[in-house]
Amino acid sequence: MPITLTVNGQNRTLDIDPDTPLLWAIRETLGLTGTKFGCGIAQCGACTVHVNGKAERSCTMPVSSVDGATITTIEGLASGGVLSHVQQTWLDTQVPQCGYCQSGMIMAVSALLAEKPHATDADVDASITNICRCGTFARIRRAIQSLTATSEGGA
Amino acid sequence: MGKWTRRAFIGTGALAGGGFVLGVTGAIVAPSRHSVRSDDAESTGELNTWILVTPDNIVTVLIPHCEMGQGAQTALAMMAAEEMDADWNLVRIKEAPALDAYANAYIGRAFLSVPGPLERGFDYGTYRLARLAGLQITGGSLSVRSTGHYGMRVGGAAARAMIVAAAAKQFGVSASECAVANSRVTHAVSGKSATFGELAKAAVKESVPSHPALKDPNAYTLRRTAQPRRDLRSKVDGSAIYGVDFTTAGMLHAAVEIAPVFGGKLVSVDTAAAEKMPGVKRVLKLDEAVAVVADTYWQARKALATLEPQFDDAGHGAVSSATIFDAFDKALGAPPEMPSGATVVKADYRVPFLPHATMEPMACTVKVTGDRAEVWAGTQDPLNSRSTAAKALGISATAVQYTNLALGGGFGRKLPGYHDFVDMTARIAKVMSPAPVKLIWSRETDMQHGFYRPAAMARFAGALDAAGVPLAASCFYAGGGDGESTFMPYAIAEKNAKAREAKHHVRTGPWRSVLNSQHGFFKEAFIDEMAHAAKKDPFEFRRDLMTEHPRFKAVLEKVAAMAKWGLPLPRGEGRGIAITESFGSIVGQVAHVAVSPDGTLKVKSICAAVDCGDVVNTDTATAQVEGGIMFGLAAAWLGEITIADGRVAQSNFHDFKTLILSGAPLVQVQFIRSDAHIGGLGEPAVPPVAAAVTNAIFAATGVRIRSLPIKNASLLPA
Repeated sequence: MPITLTVNGQNRTLDIDPDTPLLWAIRETLGLTGTKFGCGIAQCGACTVHVNGKAERSCTMPVSSVDGATITTIEGLASGGVLSHVQQTWLDTQVPQCGYCQSGMIMAVSALLAEKPHATDADVDASITNICRCGTFARIRRAIQSLTATSEGGA
Repeated sequence: MGKWTRRAFIGTGALAGGGFVLGVTGAIVAPSRHSVRSDDAESTGELNTWILVTPDNIVTVLIPHCEMGQGAQTALAMMAAEEMDADWNLVRIKEAPALDAYANAYIGRAFLSVPGPLERGFDYGTYRLARLAGLQITGGSLSVRSTGHYGMRVGGAAARAMIVAAAAKQFGVSASECAVANSRVTHAVSGKSATFGELAKAAVKESVPSHPALKDPNAYTLRRTAQPRRDLRSKVDGSAIYGVDFTTAGMLHAAVEIAPVFGGKLVSVDTAAAEKMPGVKRVLKLDEAVAVVADTYWQARKALATLEPQFDDAGHGAVSSATIFDAFDKALGAPPEMPSGATVVKADYRVPFLPHATMEPMACTVKVTGDRAEVWAGTQDPLNSRSTAAKALGISATAVQYTNLALGGGFGRKLPGYHDFVDMTARIAKVMSPAPVKLIWSRETDMQHGFYRPAAMARFAGALDAAGVPLAASCFYAGGGDGESTFMPYAIAEKNAKAREAKHHVRTGPWRSVLNSQHGFFKEAFIDEMAHAAKKDPFEFRRDLMTEHPRFKAVLEKVAAMAKWGLPLPRGEGRGIAITESFGSIVGQVAHVAVSPDGTLKVKSICAAVDCGDVVNTDTATAQVEGGIMFGLAAAWLGEITIADGRVAQSNFHDFKTLILSGAPLVQVQFIRSDAHIGGLGEPAVPPVAAAVTNAIFAATGVRIRSLPIKNASLLPA
């Protein structure tokens, strides 16, 4: 049975093994490689995407379980070449080092701030559990604080 | 960041200045390294090895180092642009391709002081050797301090001189009367001026000066400023292509399971059922692994999971972390002897194996076509990756076209000699030829088949006189070490460190800061124990012993001031200090920790003062120190690979824990500009972290941690 998804605003029909994790459907079937493979067991968060607006780790989520869902990936955050508020703040703060985990970080932070524009440090600590091995945490913290300090939040 | 593809297909060809020349005096005269240009230099606008200027007024800097998060490509381009007086907005960065012409040239300079008259021959000789060995390394915190300092500056200055010479001819004036700013040459008296682009075609015909005049650092306008990295837009919008992201027409996907015990071989595997699974093209028996090749990666993974391969253990099945440390303990024997009558301090220190655990698991794509091949990956040495693939395929390196992609972390895992995943992909792709094959290691494979930071053990003894003045501080150590481990900046009459051998079968390799990571901890934790035994403040104890090392003293005093050393803290909190030198840079750190009554650790802040001589890009320099601190803290607090039954016990991020945002301290970084040679920054912030934090825990609780990671210790007061 084909699976239908709305990905970054486009309707897509996928005729693949229903067990395939959403991550690999996004990366290989849809060719959107900005979403990264890091662990395959929902521990590191590199594969974070939005499923119906909620941050989810796509590497352990069978594509069959999200049939009909609306998916946003890192490629879908910018609009007409204009970066989202979170992405632009990430760039202004020069957060990424190798950059591999940052798609997932940005997706996780975007979802959190959409829900809680003025998230506290405690909210952030509880919610942003993604792994970064380069050690960009000081700048991630600074970028989030500058986002929560503004009235628009992360929207 | 763009890759240089135009000339990649032209091949290595004949290169101008391609050999040592016998000069008129009979002396061997080498061409200058930066004068090596391809035959089509005039059409490409190649003023010298590193600098291209084209009629569109764009300066392109070719960077012979990869980008793995350290920001070196931007910093190196800044060093060249500064000397050229180029408009930074008109400068483009391209990673040099995996061609012999871009082999390492200047790395030897970081280790040897070369007299002026020999510099040219030394750099050219290094380049010829690197060509021969196929080395194009990014590592050792070397990019800025070697290639930047000796290559990019000189290449930039040479390009500027060539452009000015061309301008002077065109204007009919003397070159010395021309001024350069913002990619434009101006002759003030005549009012004539021309852009770099307008002069490009004439400049490329000028000879490449071997010793162009370099800028006085006081005149820098671009260096010592904060410039955004040019590659970061692609790393916030998802468009950057890492090794794992590469795709090409007709590409198949491979997944592997490798013999779990290092050195083990595949004994048997029943492949029949897996071969019939959807999408599976082939199940391959490799010497040390079984591989499934399928249409998609998930199909390959799913089929692989159904296999039950049998591997042998190469005779190492009884080895564990306990047996390895027992062997270390035996090799170390009695502690170093201390003078009689002194107060003697003795302590053993241990650190575990550590994985690089780059966020991007090992990944590579290879396409074999007849007796040629194309290879794509993100590694720390394109030329070595190329020759690794060539060797696996039994063809010459020049028959392999290698393209380096973005690296999702390196930390030493992707240095030459550690490209086992490239070798493995080539072997699989050879069988599947002509189909291209992408191999992605699972996190489990990555975690269990690394080249680990060596586990190590040190046995210290130190002696103090009645007044608390240290007389001796010596150690034996096992598990890895070298000369850099022995240095202490302290005026102690008797200082020794001697390696004792105790071999094991676990694969080890360079890990961010290499052996400094163990010895930085050992030495700076032990000196803290000596300060305590001397009943002295740990900062003052160190400072008073730094009389012969004013740079160390300045760093120590600076970081103590930053951290408000000595200001009283609440009960359960403490500060710890540590200082190390590595890769040409001195880093002092003060950690501030809080230990709750139930023994829970919080690292509140870490301050760092850094003397790396001078700073190129102030923002990326700061980022490297911040990142190094977090990387070092993740290791000291949580990081541990243990060996059981000859294999790695951990398999993924659920049982190999590492730092996340909630555990990350506030970080404050300041630089000291000294007259010292410019130092590296990718690694030097790592070594002091473990000691700064454990010394802070001691200050807070009285618990002295001598075995890492910290998470294994109880922090409840004894």
